[in-house]
Amino acid sequence: MWQIFHKLGSPKWFFGIATRLMPWLLAGALALLAVGLVWGLAFAPKDYLQGNSYRIIFIHVPSAFLAQSVYIMMASAAVVTLVWRMKLADVFVKAVAPVGLVLTFLALFTGAVWGKPTWGTWWIWDARLTSMLILLFLYGGAIALDRAINDEKSAARAVAVLVLVGVVNIPIIKYSVEWWNTLHQPATFKLTEKPSMPAEMWVPLLLSVLGLYLMFGWLACLRMQTEILVREQRTRWVKEHVLARRAG
Amino acid sequence: MHPIRKKRLTIVLFLIAGVAVAVGLTTYALRQNINLFYDPSQISAGEAPVDVRIRAGGMVEEGSVVRDPESLEVEFRVTDFSASVPVVYVGILPDLFAEGQGVVAMGKLNGKGRFVADQVLAKHDENYMPPEVAEALAKSAKARGENGEGTGAPSTY
Repeated sequence: MWQIFHKLGSPKWFFGIATRLMPWLLAGALALLAVGLVWGLAFAPKDYLQGNSYRIIFIHVPSAFLAQSVYIMMASAAVVTLVWRMKLADVFVKAVAPVGLVLTFLALFTGAVWGKPTWGTWWIWDARLTSMLILLFLYGGAIALDRAINDEKSAARAVAVLVLVGVVNIPIIKYSVEWWNTLHQPATFKLTEKPSMPAEMWVPLLLSVLGLYLMFGWLACLRMQTEILVREQRTRWVKEHVLARRAG
Repeated sequence: MHPIRKKRLTIVLFLIAGVAVAVGLTTYALRQNINLFYDPSQISAGEAPVDVRIRAGGMVEEGSVVRDPESLEVEFRVTDFSASVPVVYVGILPDLFAEGQGVVAMGKLNGKGRFVADQVLAKHDENYMPPEVAEALAKSAKARGENGEGTGAPSTY
């Protein structure tokens, strides 16, 4: 087990695996997103109360879901950075933070666009919306902190601590709609109960979420590869890789 | 595990636990400020301040909406099924506003226990369904209602 762990820590090994994995991730992502989004946005039945405006859920929920999921992945990588000092964990944090930022922004933006016709307001300072805005700032803070420190190792540790401190926000986002009175409705999907929407609505939603997961996987691989090439530019394997790419 | 790594892991776990406790206590202490609105029961129990801008939230009571034919003034009662508060509002209501639906109103509570709102927002629940299903549900609820039973309280607001 430890051997796999150590292999995973080798940037060169990861670079190879990622190259092989990426076409599959991209193909799966495009297929699932195409089916999920077209089904959801065009063919799923409209809602009895909100009519067609509820359809933004097929973009809102996947991006909000991923925004939190990516943060949990970043926090796990931050633990690995702090405890095991594994280079690849830091590469991951650095590579996916901007992706998480964009997903959080997308969730907030689609939420605002959805809120105007249904609630009657673009924004309200309720616990769910505010905690999601804090998540946006946490992503932004992690990116800024990383840029602000020149030394790669100190930057990695500082960012890891910031990301870990921020992880407490994730359960707050999740349970905000249950702990406090909010304008945002409680979750439609619960782990233990059936979703409170019919299958012709939740199946396309699930496909979109899975598709966005794969899309994130592809983006993470791509961005990590770029970061690895920059960091390892003085090593022999990177020079050979670049020469081979140039020749091919 | 290597002792140094074990030590680092302990520090990391302490860090997370410490931050969680600090944030937990803070949000617990501020819970009344984090709550977006007061329930009708809180308002009727006198927990809400009078003449201060607050929000009140709950369900629009069935059959309580009275529209003034001359102006945009609307009166309705907001209920949480144990208490209810009369609300006055002048303005355009959101599309989703209806009897039996959730609302969050912003305004001031006057001395007579009436809530004078200057903004009314609609709150919808987490249930989505096609119009045909909703119609069928309403029909069966009505049939049950005619048999002398209640229509069943809505799940959440």
